[in-house]
Amino acid sequence: MAKSTAAKLTTLTASAGVAAMKEAQALDRLIHEKVRLGIVSALAASGPLTFNELKALLQTTDGNVSVHARRLEEAGYITCSKSFENRFPRTEYELTADGRAALEKYLDHLEAIVGAMRPK
Amino acid sequence: MSSSRPAVAISDHALEQLKYIRATMERTGSFTAVPGWGGVAMGVSALAAAVVAAQQTDMRMWGMVWMCEVVLALVIGSAFILRKTRQGDRSVFAAPGRQFFLSFSPPVAAGGLLSWVLYQQGAWAVLPGTWLLLYGAGVVTAGAFSVRVVPIMGLCFMLLGGAALACPSSWGNWFLAGGFGVIHIVFGLIIARRYGG
Repeated sequence: MAKSTAAKLTTLTASAGVAAMKEAQALDRLIHEKVRLGIVSALAASGPLTFNELKALLQTTDGNVSVHARRLEEAGYITCSKSFENRFPRTEYELTADGRAALEKYLDHLEAIVGAMRPK
Repeated sequence: MSSSRPAVAISDHALEQLKYIRATMERTGSFTAVPGWGGVAMGVSALAAAVVAAQQTDMRMWGMVWMCEVVLALVIGSAFILRKTRQGDRSVFAAPGRQFFLSFSPPVAAGGLLSWVLYQQGAWAVLPGTWLLLYGAGVVTAGAFSVRVVPIMGLCFMLLGGAALACPSSWGNWFLAGGFGVIHIVFGLIIARRYGG
């Protein structure tokens, strides 16, 4: 009896593992990277943010914010607007509808992975 | 069993990512235009004002000392708000600054008018409690658009104001020192450390 229960458990765990790995393969690689995920999450929570605000929030460098924001912009996940305020350049980022949808989809996948491995 | 081990690692990683998203979103919502270091500076100037005011024997002079402190605190507060918004490349007239000003001004303006009437009538005893109560009300209403620590600070001011009205009037100066001095310094340090200066 105990042996068959253990065998069942092993089969269940293995099938949950397969489900979790399938979900993991479907993850959006573009926003999976930490800095890009941070940018998208911050913009989703607050609305438009400036370059300096994002840098302070994510505690990262100018180069990191600039490189990762550009990749998100190329994918159409965020928009970037440049202007001048009191003669100082000001860069502001905003999440697009595609970006929000991508974050929601990414969250669904993460929850599915965690849910698949949770003991039932 | 072999496929479940990497899957567990993937699941742990997914959980970490979820935590990271939540932490980032919480931190984003935690930015406040209220300047922590400005609060500390205002607190220090209020403590100095309390010491100077305590040495006055004429109540009109006592009132003048605190009036000067109000002007000084306004200058300090405005300078630090400008500094903090500029650090974030934001205009002080952007939505958060506007919301703060529109919510903070009415109770403070009411406090100013009430103070003038009480000053004219020589009702010195109720001035400290009135100032603390109405300033606290302004901070609570303005804090509704800010991080939670701001309305909590406002509530502390209001509680102290209530206590000042209930206690002997000779304690009034020290209630002002406790409110505009100590509360500003304590909460200023919390805001400065946790919410970006």
